[in-house]
Amino acid sequence: MKYVDEFRDRAKADVLIKAIERLLARMKRDETRPLQIMEVCGGHTHSIFRYGVEGMLPKSIELVHGPGCPVCVLPMGRVDDCIAIAERPEVIFATFGDAMRVPGSRKSLLQAKADGCDVRMVYSPMDALALARQNPAREVAFFGIGFETTMPSTALTVLQAEREGIENFSIFCNHITIVPTIKAILDSPDLRLDGFLGPGHVSMVIGDAPYEFIARYYRKPMVVAGFEPLDILQSIWMLLKQIDEGRCEIENQYARVAPAGGNAVALKAVAQVYELREFFEWRGLGSIDHSGVKIRDAYGRFDAERKFEVPNARIADPKSCQCGEVLKGVIKPWQCKVFGRACTPETPLGALMVSSEGACAAYYQYGGVKRGRDEAEASAA
Amino acid sequence: MNMISFPPRRSRGKVHVPTVTLAHGGGGKAMKDLIDDVFVGAFDNPLLAPLDDQARIDLLDLAQYGDRLAFTTDSFVVDPLIFPGGDIGKLAVCGTVNDLAVGGALPLYLSCAVIVEEGVPIDLLRQIAGSMAATAKDAGVKIVTGDTKVVNKGACDQMFITTTGVGVVAAGVELGAHRARPGDAVLVNGLLGDHGAAILGARGDMALRAPIESDCAPLQGLIARLLEAAPNTRFMRDPTRGGIATVLNEIAEASQLAIEIDEAATPLRDEVRGFCEILGLDPLYLANEGKIVAIAPPDEAAAAVDAMRAHPLGRQAAIIGHVMAGEPGRVAMRTIFGGRRIVDMLVGEQLPRIC
Repeated sequence: MKYVDEFRDRAKADVLIKAIERLLARMKRDETRPLQIMEVCGGHTHSIFRYGVEGMLPKSIELVHGPGCPVCVLPMGRVDDCIAIAERPEVIFATFGDAMRVPGSRKSLLQAKADGCDVRMVYSPMDALALARQNPAREVAFFGIGFETTMPSTALTVLQAEREGIENFSIFCNHITIVPTIKAILDSPDLRLDGFLGPGHVSMVIGDAPYEFIARYYRKPMVVAGFEPLDILQSIWMLLKQIDEGRCEIENQYARVAPAGGNAVALKAVAQVYELREFFEWRGLGSIDHSGVKIRDAYGRFDAERKFEVPNARIADPKSCQCGEVLKGVIKPWQCKVFGRACTPETPLGALMVSSEGACAAYYQYGGVKRGRDEAEASAA
Repeated sequence: MNMISFPPRRSRGKVHVPTVTLAHGGGGKAMKDLIDDVFVGAFDNPLLAPLDDQARIDLLDLAQYGDRLAFTTDSFVVDPLIFPGGDIGKLAVCGTVNDLAVGGALPLYLSCAVIVEEGVPIDLLRQIAGSMAATAKDAGVKIVTGDTKVVNKGACDQMFITTTGVGVVAAGVELGAHRARPGDAVLVNGLLGDHGAAILGARGDMALRAPIESDCAPLQGLIARLLEAAPNTRFMRDPTRGGIATVLNEIAEASQLAIEIDEAATPLRDEVRGFCEILGLDPLYLANEGKIVAIAPPDEAAAAVDAMRAHPLGRQAAIIGHVMAGEPGRVAMRTIFGGRRIVDMLVGEQLPRIC
């Protein structure tokens, strides 16, 4: 398949792995611990597991699977709000597929659908707007979720609804921003990371500039990476090269998709429709200042939070969960007390077990519970 | 054939209204007319014709094919009823025929129970019944008994069909997942995931049109060729819901062995690959309705592939992996990229990823 197979070429992977090994061999570094590289984006986590990239890397590189899965980091209280909206008889609740299974404190959207709520899976917010057009007597609420990657399409849909004068359409806005979250991780006292793989599709929208502080103030290198397995290997190689040469920069491996300046049209729509929230609650990470957006007053009639009363309750993460420590790379998923026992993809307790992009779910599904434990036991022995 | 056949005892009824109503399920003349017009006409065979409460099958007649009866049932609720490459009727026959055939049985007789929602066009029902009849003929089976119920609007989604099938297993044919041994080959008879992708595409929720047809087909002929060429085949299963990933996990679990497949050897249509790439789905979990996974001993694997490739439903048959001594129950895949990953059971339904 064109534009796909080229980026999964095994021979090129071998060349990159050898180059990575050569760099590691000559690098000056603390040999008592592995180099820890965080891939911020859940899409990267998924690719890493899907293609078995982690197992191909030398043992002295450890990938830490970051917070970039919007489905995972959504707090239970927000899911409860979704269900409260979906339970209103006049509402058609439209959502992306993988948000269906996220557990709230009472139930998930999948269960709400089984209980009679009109929950529809859509592939784009425009599909939800089409539902509103087709059902003028109903209220269509769209579950707006995701980082800057999906934020513009929701904003453009609101603008489109305004142009068409569609009044029975609203967004339940849970969009979040990646930069404050990276900053929160960098500020955490137990941080050990040596560098970042930057989120390629977020960067396609926001460009490289918002990451400059990571290199300048926190002295950590970042390479904005694509999502095919060769992209990931090449980005790791670029990151090691920076570390080896004592550089600390924001580099872009994914220039074929993510232009340095981002996407001006998308950014304009985002600025027009949203404003920053003072803070937003993240599952596993707690409240992070300015990490979420809400719909501006000018578009308030498209805001499901204003249109419908939502309980807006804060529900604490289960105490046994160690998602925060996994997210920061302090522990590996299988080192969590409840991983694979009380917390499984079927009955997720923690954020990272919820979606296939979550680090724990990915380990559970593609890496296996047992492998993690065996390795842990072998290294302890 | 030593079957008692009765002449039809009355002239056939005919439906003169355009849609099914509750009257067609009332047990009276309207129901008889519907059954006569739609089903008896299409399925036409002497065992069904008397319309008794049961079909009676001569045991001696069955015994000529083997020494064990195989018996299975399956319900079909596919949405949409008609999809590229098939419809619910074709699916209802293929599904049950294949469930018999993968057990090494020669499929012989089917029952057909239909639950219809009031308001369904009679012509649609005729079309589905016609499709069942044509597929049954193709599969060499007879639909010999049945039932029709009509339910209120909203009580079912247009039409549900349950088929039960009876077949006979030839003496000496012994198949079971527990019979797999390290070194055995894992085979499939062709391109995977077509049915699942065709159905998802046909539903239209994904706003993605892909030229993919369901692989829905009766496999008794292909399986007979396979068993002739590889008589010591250990086990077969049709990877329907849950796809080959699920079947491989079931085999690994039952045999307490490991299985490793090779992504590069796994036959996939480019359209299905593209469909999965865009939607964030894994083709290993997509349903198939005209495929088998077979486990064959190493010395018969090549012959099994050749035999399948010689059959129209097996042109792209391939060895996709091997059974291995290793962690019991574990299925892994060597990826195209050179890595290795676990292929686990699916937790729920596959849901498209956001980004």
